[in-house]
Amino acid sequence: MFGRSTTIEKPRSFFMKNPSVFIFIAALSVITVVTTLLSEALGLGLLSTSFIKLLGKTLCLCLIAIAMDLVWGYCGILSLGHFAFFGLGGYMIGMWLMYERTKDIVINSLSSQVLPPTPIEIQDAIGTQIFGVVGGSEIPAIWFFADSLSAQLALVVLVPGLLALLFGWLAFRSRVTGVYLSILTQAMTLALALYLFQNDSGLRGNNGLSGLQNIPGLEEIPQSFISIWFLWGSALALGLGYLLAAWVVSGKFGNIIRGIRDDEARVRFLGYPVETYKLFIFTLTAVIAAVAGALYYPQAGIVNPVELAPIASIYLAVWVAIGGRGRLYGAVIGAALVSLLSSAFTGGQVPDLPLGFVLLQWVDWWTVFLGFGFVLVTLYAPQGLGGLVDRFIRNGGYK
Amino acid sequence: MRQLVFCLLSVVFLIITDLTPAAARNLQAVLMENLKSIERPSRRTVGDTIENLFNSGVDGVPRFLQKWRDKKVWLLKENKTLFYGSDKRGDIELIHIVTGKVLGSFSSRAAKQIKPNSGVRSVIDSALVRFQLSDPDPKVRGTALQTLERNADAKQLKPLRDSVASETDLSLKARKKRLERLLTISFGQSIPERVIAIKHFEGDVGIDLRAALNPLLSTTTIVAAELPKDKNIARQLQIGIDISKAEAHAKLASRGLAPQPLVKSARDAAIIANAADGKVEGVALGALNTEAAREKIYRTLVNAGKAAPFLNPRGLEDLLQKYIFFEIYTEPDPRITDAALNGLTSINAAVNLNQALDLGLDALSLASIYFLAAIGLAITFGVMRVINMAHGEFIMMGAYTGYLVQQLIPNYTISIVIALPLAFAVTFAAGVILERLVIRHLMHRPLETLLATFGISIALQQLAKNMFGTQAVPLTAPSWLDGSLIFNDIVSISYIRIAIFFLAAAFCLLLLYILRRTRLGLEVRAVTQNPLMASSMGINPDRINMLTFGLGSGIAGIAGVAIGLFAQVSSELGANYIVQSFMTVVVGGVGSIVGTLAGAGMIGSLQKVIEWFNPSNTLAAQTYMIIFVIIFIQFRPRGIIAIKGRAAEE
Repeated sequence: MFGRSTTIEKPRSFFMKNPSVFIFIAALSVITVVTTLLSEALGLGLLSTSFIKLLGKTLCLCLIAIAMDLVWGYCGILSLGHFAFFGLGGYMIGMWLMYERTKDIVINSLSSQVLPPTPIEIQDAIGTQIFGVVGGSEIPAIWFFADSLSAQLALVVLVPGLLALLFGWLAFRSRVTGVYLSILTQAMTLALALYLFQNDSGLRGNNGLSGLQNIPGLEEIPQSFISIWFLWGSALALGLGYLLAAWVVSGKFGNIIRGIRDDEARVRFLGYPVETYKLFIFTLTAVIAAVAGALYYPQAGIVNPVELAPIASIYLAVWVAIGGRGRLYGAVIGAALVSLLSSAFTGGQVPDLPLGFVLLQWVDWWTVFLGFGFVLVTLYAPQGLGGLVDRFIRNGGYK
Repeated sequence: MRQLVFCLLSVVFLIITDLTPAAARNLQAVLMENLKSIERPSRRTVGDTIENLFNSGVDGVPRFLQKWRDKKVWLLKENKTLFYGSDKRGDIELIHIVTGKVLGSFSSRAAKQIKPNSGVRSVIDSALVRFQLSDPDPKVRGTALQTLERNADAKQLKPLRDSVASETDLSLKARKKRLERLLTISFGQSIPERVIAIKHFEGDVGIDLRAALNPLLSTTTIVAAELPKDKNIARQLQIGIDISKAEAHAKLASRGLAPQPLVKSARDAAIIANAADGKVEGVALGALNTEAAREKIYRTLVNAGKAAPFLNPRGLEDLLQKYIFFEIYTEPDPRITDAALNGLTSINAAVNLNQALDLGLDALSLASIYFLAAIGLAITFGVMRVINMAHGEFIMMGAYTGYLVQQLIPNYTISIVIALPLAFAVTFAAGVILERLVIRHLMHRPLETLLATFGISIALQQLAKNMFGTQAVPLTAPSWLDGSLIFNDIVSISYIRIAIFFLAAAFCLLLLYILRRTRLGLEVRAVTQNPLMASSMGINPDRINMLTFGLGSGIAGIAGVAIGLFAQVSSELGANYIVQSFMTVVVGGVGSIVGTLAGAGMIGSLQKVIEWFNPSNTLAAQTYMIIFVIIFIQFRPRGIIAIKGRAAEE
């Protein structure tokens, strides 16, 4: 349907075939370096720490948008549940951040007593400190690894990955496709969000995990520096994610998943195990989403079940659709543009528009315009903004 | 004759303005005997005082009690006599208690008002109840009965029994009889009498009955070397199963049969108390950073006699071998407890049955709500293969239409009657506009209709917020829908839910009729099966699509009014139901009314059953329900009622 190439491709190097990778990584590096130079921490101080954090978070959103583009734009699976993996990634890293920080605080406060604290006392105090807000004091079993950074980092990948593997295996083997699958993924993220909303879920109910911006062991370092580190970390992850995604969609593998998108039955008749390919893409993108979440939430400072609500995943689809499906830079453009514009308009940073008879307050009306604008994009620019870029380049190239 | 005496007395009274003590023993005389406790009553002693008054056998005691309770009794200071009185702007008008003659006005200094406190008044109240039970006014009898039903004691059983026979009001008589049986259970004179009363209620599910039986079975846990013969023993407790070791230890300790359990804070305090120069028993305090180290030090302290001994686990084990733990009934007679136990067993069986019935009614009502919310979605999806994400917002639109109609027409009955078709019309129009402007152009890209309608959905939701505010507004049901249909203490259903059930049933039948018996239905079914073939037969699929979409949206409007009647109307009203509606459609099978009905029934009853297992947690119920749906899809990917044949495979 789109992205088909009629030219016969000669064997060329990966970067030659994908010039956008070069441009993208160059642009990403420039943005990161310029931002760093303008930041409060290292350079001229023109950009506030909160703005740096916003940029860092936006890079993470771009990364999950790439995942969404892979699974939807290239493989044709409209998942309305990828924010569940994003949120889970945040929860997994958040458990370590919160546990370690609380442990430091508890040891500090217990050190004043006459007898040095025993491990059990420390555990009890941590339990009360973290779970007192939901009326508990025991540390649930799922926090077993919370003391170890490497274990929790492994869980960032493993938990969402296994969930995606299980869900995808169940869904694809019973040939659930199209809108059915979309609704099922939506149900999955809703179920997860509702589960996390409970106080006895072991993850603090609707309070979520908070104070994540404080990195244990780095209390001395001001947030302005930490924000830069996370910006670089997010940029690195985004760059690697882009490379990985571009590599996956190039070559034969990319052709097969595009084929699945365009006509699943035909690819199956050609003898390819369609379900395995779909499962691989679904799980891979879930892992990418989880990594993005693990980088996002330490910058946001708090992760709670609201983040996993179905609406978040639908907005993700909106970003990718506006940016342009089936092209990785489209997803990045869409996510960056729409999320930055949204936070600017709903954050009250854009002056209200007097229309003579009525004052247009963006805080109230932005969502209305976004909604209708999105309908217009779907109707008249199904390829999104990326499609416009393509058309422009093609016209320029052939003239 | 008596009146004659009173007249004479009053004449005497008028002349000498004093009561002659020589008169026959009347109320006044009895009151004088009890003057001290009447003047300064206390909650503790007033019961005896009232008994004295009744035992004297004189007339007019209830009337006096009533006046006393209402603070209308005054003490004339000059002769220390009680009178009825009323305060007339500072002047007290006193009336003789026995004769009823007006004594005249006195200044408030000459007389003292008797003011019983609220505790005393409540005792008087309950004493009065037994007279009110035979009051000529049925209202008074009803109130008295209500007081007794809430709180009664042994003394009231007899007056209640006496009043049953003379009761004329049938419903009051039934209540009196029931209460008489209940009180007999608690306060009956003989054991057989009480056992019979318990057996009388077999299979009854009243909450009052359970409240009467449960105290009979209250137990206390006892520890002893062997089972006593003379006690009514409920059961023996197994350590580790019925009673934990820690609880058993605490029980032993409280009886002085074992040393107190070692509390960590006490242990640590003892260690700190014995520490000197940062050391205790030669060990540095800094080294005591494990539980084992602390326990070891404490043991050393105990051996040195510096700390209280404690029981180690082994010692506890030996001690527990020596004693048995058991529960005894507070009620001494086993015949009563056996009867109560049997009674409660049969009651519990009846209660479970009734709860199942109630659950069934709840599930039915939830299912009809889901059906109304989902059927529009199912029709559009079935015919056009289009999922309308804005369906929830159409539901909201219908609810707000109802709200606006109520703003204009204050009569709730008329406004609901107008709101239902109007909501249908509004959302029908909205659906047709959406179909013409958006859906039609995306017919061959189903995933994109999902997204485009989602854009509509967020825009509409925000528009509603801008227009009506974020505050939820009420959609008031007409007063004839207030209240519930109550079968007994357990089974009940509100009239609104019954009305919604009938609404859903009506729409189910209407849609079945339209699809199976009308020209439009024939064309819709043709387009559903094969649009190309249908159009070559002269059917205009475009028109059918438009009408179907309008119909589906219109029903959403109706569902909105129905949901708004029991839930508050807010911009998120539709969003709360949309996922359940999707689930209903997916489980039921696409494009089939019967399928949607089955899906709604399944989702509704499932949710209620899960809630029943874990009533405090509706969130968990929804989680488990969604997990169930995901698993269900494994076995029937196309829903309960799947379309078979070539049309099913696209």
